Amino acid sequence: MRFKQLSLLVVGLLIAVLLASCGNSTNTTAAQPVATTASVAGATTASVAGATTASAAGATTASAAGATTAAGQAGAAAATGSQPYIPIISKGFQHQFWQAVKAGAEKGAKDFNARITFEGPETETQVDKQIEMLQAALDKKPQAICLAALDSKAVAPLLQKAKAANIPVIGFDSGVDSDIPVTTVATDNLAAAALAADKMAALMGDKGEVALVVHDQTSRTGIDRRDGFLNQMKSKHPNITIVDTQYGGGDQLKSTDLTKAIIQSHPNVKGIFGANEGSIIGVLNGVKELKKEGQIFVIGYDSGKQQIDAIKAGTESGAVTQDPIGIGYKCVESAVKALKGETLPKSIDTGFHWYDKTNVEAADIKPLLYQ
Amino acid sequence: MAVAAVQRRLVIRADALQRVLAFGALIVLIFIFSLASPNFLQFNNIVGILLATAVNGVLAIGVTFVIITGGIDLSVGTVMTFSAVIAGEVITVGQMPVPLGILAGLLAGGFAGFVNGILIAKLKIPPFIATLGMLNVARGLALVISGVKPIYFNDTPEFNSIAMGNVIPAIEIPNAVLILFAAAIIASLVLNRTILGRYTFALGSNEEAARLSGVNVDRWKIAVYTLTGLFSGLAGILIASRLNSAQPALGQGYELDAIAAAVIGGTSLNGGEGSILGTIIGAFIISTLTNGLRILSVPQEWQIVVTGAIVILAVYLDVVRRRKK
Repeated sequence: MRFKQLSLLVVGLLIAVLLASCGNSTNTTAAQPVATTASVAGATTASVAGATTASAAGATTASAAGATTAAGQAGAAAATGSQPYIPIISKGFQHQFWQAVKAGAEKGAKDFNARITFEGPETETQVDKQIEMLQAALDKKPQAICLAALDSKAVAPLLQKAKAANIPVIGFDSGVDSDIPVTTVATDNLAAAALAADKMAALMGDKGEVALVVHDQTSRTGIDRRDGFLNQMKSKHPNITIVDTQYGGGDQLKSTDLTKAIIQSHPNVKGIFGANEGSIIGVLNGVKELKKEGQIFVIGYDSGKQQIDAIKAGTESGAVTQDPIGIGYKCVESAVKALKGETLPKSIDTGFHWYDKTNVEAADIKPLLYQ
Repeated sequence: MAVAAVQRRLVIRADALQRVLAFGALIVLIFIFSLASPNFLQFNNIVGILLATAVNGVLAIGVTFVIITGGIDLSVGTVMTFSAVIAGEVITVGQMPVPLGILAGLLAGGFAGFVNGILIAKLKIPPFIATLGMLNVARGLALVISGVKPIYFNDTPEFNSIAMGNVIPAIEIPNAVLILFAAAIIASLVLNRTILGRYTFALGSNEEAARLSGVNVDRWKIAVYTLTGLFSGLAGILIASRLNSAQPALGQGYELDAIAAAVIGGTSLNGGEGSILGTIIGAFIISTLTNGLRILSVPQEWQIVVTGAIVILAVYLDVVRRRKK
């Protein structure tokens, strides 16, 4: 008996999923009739036929016993078919930075009448997960795609597919080594980190020991921010020595412990640069736990409540912020423009800004910071 | 700790050898790092190592119980995060007093452990799969409940002092370290002096025999997983307190460090053997190693390799010991 109930449940779920996916496919431009029949023990029968034309005037017929809600969903999805569908594949979603990008993208979707979805892998090392997400997004036959590639070479074959299907690709956050993206909306991380290096050098009087806490050594942002900082120090501030570069995976706790180890092994360290939000929170914690506040100059990246508070309190000298909301917004805007056939510049720099105690509340900085 | 190790050696128990080996390894590590860098053996750094052990140590204590029963709990890391988020919600959004928040966090962890126990004991889902499921459920729920945002404890400074304050003002050892030792002592007593502890070993040595001799195996199994969940809850309070925030994206990967600590300390993955003292030594080996390699500025890539090699070595010793028997 139990088995029968279970299998009924499973089949019910299957039908719901099928109906929902038919609903999504009504947004596609290609005509794609789908017919599914499922039956179990002669009790439940459902047949769905979805047919769409290039004008997206879809005709969906659904009849399912005991699955009316799923049918309703399919209808609702068909109704929104006139808006272009633009999936956004980001590098992550758990960090506040990506939440801010998402907020910007949602604002863009509203202003330019597009339908978006926003997803990304858990960490910036999961290249494979991102490829799966991109593949799934392409399978939904979207009108355009926004992509922040974790590994630009790994996604190249899928970008070719997108090109073949005439789906414009908008790159964001970091460049893609390919001429397929119509434009790339990004921060120049190398230049931004170089600015952080200049500020650090100024604080330290152009001499002394500096260490870096970076999120990882394989992602584009990790590499660019590290190298941007290191190269600027080497070329412009030769009296400053970089004593250590450690990677904490953006994990606040690990970054805390490794910051303490850095200070322990280099007692003369005068400045520490945290290359992303998780790293800088760790640096701030580590400095605080060793009671070195005020003795070590701390410079961060991005924002977040903890960092903003530290800057206001003076325990952090300042940070470089990108414009995450602007990145998300411009991304959707560019996608819509590309769909209209407008020509776009090859890259759109959303800029970066230095902020510290003096301008954290300023009108041109405050909107860039997320809590 | 040295005295304790000597005493243990006198008591002839199967896993004592590995514990002695582990303790010896810890001493050797400390010796080598002290020689290699003058910055290693300093009060601040020792406190740093102790503090870095706190979260992983508490998780490892919890996971030791289930490993002794012959099971595993892969969800300890994300259940920790889940508990931290629950405590955060209760304190900041619910505006409840801090002790209530702590209680809620502990209960959240205990509840997740209880569910693990039900899945494993009643629904007969293999522990590896059940807790792998829980790993994701807890991780997802932590994100959902927190709204994918960290929860800050800025309005309740006393929360931060749970881990970072000094109960004994004379010595500057943060509370988190004292909590770790207190948890270890309590767990040791539970494991060695109570029925729950006795059945924990019995389940791991021969579950069928325990069942046939009239032990309500399912009930005790659920109890053990619940206990593990409680320790994850405690770890959640510690990490949230230390970071002064509940970070919803943390936690994954912490289970592996916890399991590694237990295994290095002589807890057998086959069940039936293990000790809290060994686990604590194992946790100290991991954090001493990480800290020492960082102090020596060994490239991070190699730090990971070394830690992995140590785990393999520890398991190999376990296998050798088993073959001799």
